[in-house]
Amino acid sequence: MPDNSRRALNFLLGSGIIASLASFLYPVAKFLRPPRVPEAPVNEVRVPGASQITPNTARIVKFGTRPVLLIRVNETKWRAFGATCTHLNCTVQYRSESQQIWCACHNGFYDLNGRVVSGPPPRPLDEFVVRARGDEVVIARRS
Amino acid sequence: MERAMAVQAARRWQGWLEERLGWDRVRMFLAHKEVPVHSGTAWYYFGGITLFLFGIQVATGILLLLYYRPTATEAYESVQFILTRVEFGWLIRSIHSWSANLMVLTAFIHMFSVAFLRGWRRPRELTWLSGILLLGLTLAFGFSGYLLPWNTTAYFATKVGTDLVGSVPLAGPALARFLRGGDEVTGATLTRFFGFHVAVLPALTTALLGLHLALVQRFGISTPPWLESRGDVPQMPFVPNFLLRELMAWYLALGVLGMLAALFPWPLGEKADPFAPAPAGIRPEWYFLAAFYTLKLLPSHIWVLESEQAGLIGLGLLALWWAALPFWGVRPDGHERTRLLTGTGVLLIAWLSTFSVLGYFK
Repeated sequence: MPDNSRRALNFLLGSGIIASLASFLYPVAKFLRPPRVPEAPVNEVRVPGASQITPNTARIVKFGTRPVLLIRVNETKWRAFGATCTHLNCTVQYRSESQQIWCACHNGFYDLNGRVVSGPPPRPLDEFVVRARGDEVVIARRS
Repeated sequence: MERAMAVQAARRWQGWLEERLGWDRVRMFLAHKEVPVHSGTAWYYFGGITLFLFGIQVATGILLLLYYRPTATEAYESVQFILTRVEFGWLIRSIHSWSANLMVLTAFIHMFSVAFLRGWRRPRELTWLSGILLLGLTLAFGFSGYLLPWNTTAYFATKVGTDLVGSVPLAGPALARFLRGGDEVTGATLTRFFGFHVAVLPALTTALLGLHLALVQRFGISTPPWLESRGDVPQMPFVPNFLLRELMAWYLALGVLGMLAALFPWPLGEKADPFAPAPAGIRPEWYFLAAFYTLKLLPSHIWVLESEQAGLIGLGLLALWWAALPFWGVRPDGHERTRLLTGTGVLLIAWLSTFSVLGYFK
């Protein structure tokens, strides 16, 4: 077979194989990407049984798919922060004895304004608004 | 100058790898491997096609695992999610289902072609037996995978299938309980079948497939005795002649698979409801239809046995007889039992095909 025809045949076969490989890999690559599951946007959440939270304790509340740490500082004062540590995403907890928010994963501490006191967290916690009227406590996004 | 240096570097790498991996022996082996050329050479491709389809099953199975959830409350919804929300999910799932069916078909074709071309003769008895076990594993893959979408047909097919296992004399009830993970087909059965389907069966298949392929390499591809006795059968080098033809066959199989999967997407059906009556026209996958229809035809009692027991014993003996082919196919004087083999093979194919068709339509 003359060299040119061989080269043309090789080119056609080669590009055919590459094109078909691409047609197999494209759907696979698309399949691997997890589809976005739409979530109803949550702007505020009512906390059931909030009156059972005693002063100087806290509870983790579901806010859509995120955990929020609701702290009852005293009889009338409430604070709420996104409960995920700004360092590496662990869920934080309230320590009554030091009145601080603590992340057990890498020993990060935040104060009652969500600001970093010590440890590796790079940013303060996201703050939420708390509206308390009698027994009813509502946590809302900051506008 | 640069070219010479590149060649030298490549040689050095080759030498380094050779010292550690010893590929030269494999290369030498492949260079001498040959395949007999005769009117039945095309049948030799079916083993390779079955292997190729197994590869497709592994690849698409892994992809489906990314989204599938093996619990009674989530299984159906997760498959529905794959079909409707994940991009090309319908295609991947359809390919998995179609490829499973094609794989059973090509495994059967491979088995019958080996039987008729006498590929089971001494010293290939173990190759045949490992092949029969692989076919059994393929059917177990089909049975366990069928339940995973947790739809009505799968639910009732599994109820019937595991009930049949329960009628096996002596060990039956314990075996059925083990398979179901309890007395009934429930979410526990689904989780168990999922475990069998993605862990136990793949592990067994990989080991047995390794043995099967190693034996095929050890003894080479068999030449039918009627050609062997004539001597001087033309041969084709395995690399590249046969290999390239085999790859073409794989490509063709992929084309057929892609076409079936795209044009006839595998349906999902209704979600299983354990408290709903079995819908009319319920039947198993096509490869269990012949056995299903045979059991349907049997009277309620045969001698002292109940119909399922008698049917299972009969079908079991038939399978054993066929698996033992290398041991009865040749007389002690070395002559083949040609008529018995051809008769058994033809009857088996006739039974499988007619009863499958009858089972489908009746």
